[in-house]
Amino acid sequence: MKKKLNPQTRKSFITYGLLMIVFIAVEILLSTGSISSMMQGLLVPICVYSILAVSLNLTVGILGELSLGQAGFMCVGAYASAIFSNLVKESITQPMIRFTLAILVGGVVAALFGIIIGIPVLRLRGDYLAIVTLAFGEIIKNVFAALYIGYDSAGLHISLKSQGDLGLKPDGKMIINGALGISGTPNDSTFEIAFVILFISVIIIYNFVHSRTGRAVMSIRDNRIAAESVGLNITKYKLITFALTAFLAGVAGTLYSHNFYSLQASKFDYNLSILILVFVVLGGIGNIRGSIIAAAVLTLLPELLRSINNYRMLFYAVILIVMMICTSNETIRSFFIRNFEKLKGLIFKKKSDGAAVKEAE
Amino acid sequence: MALLEIKDLCVYYGVIQALKGISFEVNEGEVIALIGANGAGKTTTLHTLTGILPAKSGSIQFNGVELTKTPAHKIVRMGIAHVPEGRRIFQNLTVLDNLKLGAFTRKDKDGIAADLSKIYERFPRLEERKTQIAGTLSGGEQQMLAMGRALMSKPRIIVMDEPSMGLSPIFVSEIFDIIESIRKDGMTVLLVEQNAKKALAIADRAYVLETGKITLSGKASDLLNDEKVRKAYLGE
Repeated sequence: MKKKLNPQTRKSFITYGLLMIVFIAVEILLSTGSISSMMQGLLVPICVYSILAVSLNLTVGILGELSLGQAGFMCVGAYASAIFSNLVKESITQPMIRFTLAILVGGVVAALFGIIIGIPVLRLRGDYLAIVTLAFGEIIKNVFAALYIGYDSAGLHISLKSQGDLGLKPDGKMIINGALGISGTPNDSTFEIAFVILFISVIIIYNFVHSRTGRAVMSIRDNRIAAESVGLNITKYKLITFALTAFLAGVAGTLYSHNFYSLQASKFDYNLSILILVFVVLGGIGNIRGSIIAAAVLTLLPELLRSINNYRMLFYAVILIVMMICTSNETIRSFFIRNFEKLKGLIFKKKSDGAAVKEAE
Repeated sequence: MALLEIKDLCVYYGVIQALKGISFEVNEGEVIALIGANGAGKTTTLHTLTGILPAKSGSIQFNGVELTKTPAHKIVRMGIAHVPEGRRIFQNLTVLDNLKLGAFTRKDKDGIAADLSKIYERFPRLEERKTQIAGTLSGGEQQMLAMGRALMSKPRIIVMDEPSMGLSPIFVSEIFDIIESIRKDGMTVLLVEQNAKKALAIADRAYVLETGKITLSGKASDLLNDEKVRKAYLGE
């Protein structure tokens, strides 16, 4: 046995280990054909929502600010990358290269939006920040839904009225068709790629949290005046966190837009932002592993409940409430924790050893 | 020239004038006490000094550099450490993380490690509890942590805001012993206190602040014997 791991590193390695186990299990099930096509269709969205939830957890849990603009950043990333892929799909035929570039484009454009929005918005705190970011998400959605962009031999045409208003020549092509959105995006997203991106996101976030920068961000959350008194540039660190959140949301948006043939802005409404916040709160604020579990469970649940059709949303709501009570009520929580600790002693001992060995390698 | 020189400093909260043109100076190696009742402007003075509050007019010169237009995070880099009022530590981080954050502005790893062991020597309790979450420390230990954190930035002057506030008498004495020992190491200290008796006992010079103005100043031992000070602040 090598040197003892510190608790934070141990925690992150347990998460990596769990993710790997889930991945292998899903791959085995896929190869034996025991997952229905309905479930297969959910695999990429689960990864997408997990990335969104862990990245929002950075802003909500680590920075301690409430942001409701996650769908907006996702929308920016989804559109930017879809436009990129549509423009280059003839020139770059290698899907891996094209998709890698698309992911970077989606992430970077979303991060730029994060910085532009963040500079004025991060001066606000609490409810005000939530309201403004919510408005940002809605504005982005509506702007994209009203946007017509096409190109022909004469160059780029942009209109906010209608497709006809663009005056495209016969050789022209539509890029964004208003509320109908973008169609023809290459279907480059696969579960494997989405999973790898999720894994990388989790690694990025764990390392960010345990870095010097992460400590600085958490100190701002804990006490702003004290953070200022040790010489932290508060705006800078808030902005870094906000931009990283936006970047990962943009990456998730890229995975999302390349999973479907067509993309509409109406998907990115405030319900989505709230849903992601629900994942974060249910999974535990600041708890990365919990966010992923909550995102996966709450994405699967409506599909699993499909058999009871009419009562589906009723059960969904009841389960949501029960989960909320179970995670916030002290008595119930301690009951679970007690029993979980016992279980942990039996099962997790081996696993954390495994994680330690992995690191030693 | 004095290390820290404050001239005609005026600070407003909206339309209310909190500081009405105060002037004082701190020389290298001195312990200066700033005493006064609630609402006299003591904390306002410190917050303006450390860049948390903006000054309306007047000047603050540190080592010849004007501070009134310098942002807070740069002031720390220049060598002014602030121990904020009410033990503002990072509640959810460990003791060690709190201390490491104190050295945030520094890049010299060896120097930081050396200062960390020096601080553990001065505050053995902090070493015992270095992996503990800071919010679970007692009030006195939290005050020690706040002081240790300020020392980690290797300051030229340390500015303390009410270090004895809300502490038990034993801890109050201990905190003042620590200030005494910091001073023996040659550190310059600007101390803001309501506990005038203790503050005047360890300070070289002192200023008395009353509703935004300095009404008295002089050697701490003289002020300790001053009729007016005895009546107003020492309750005699």
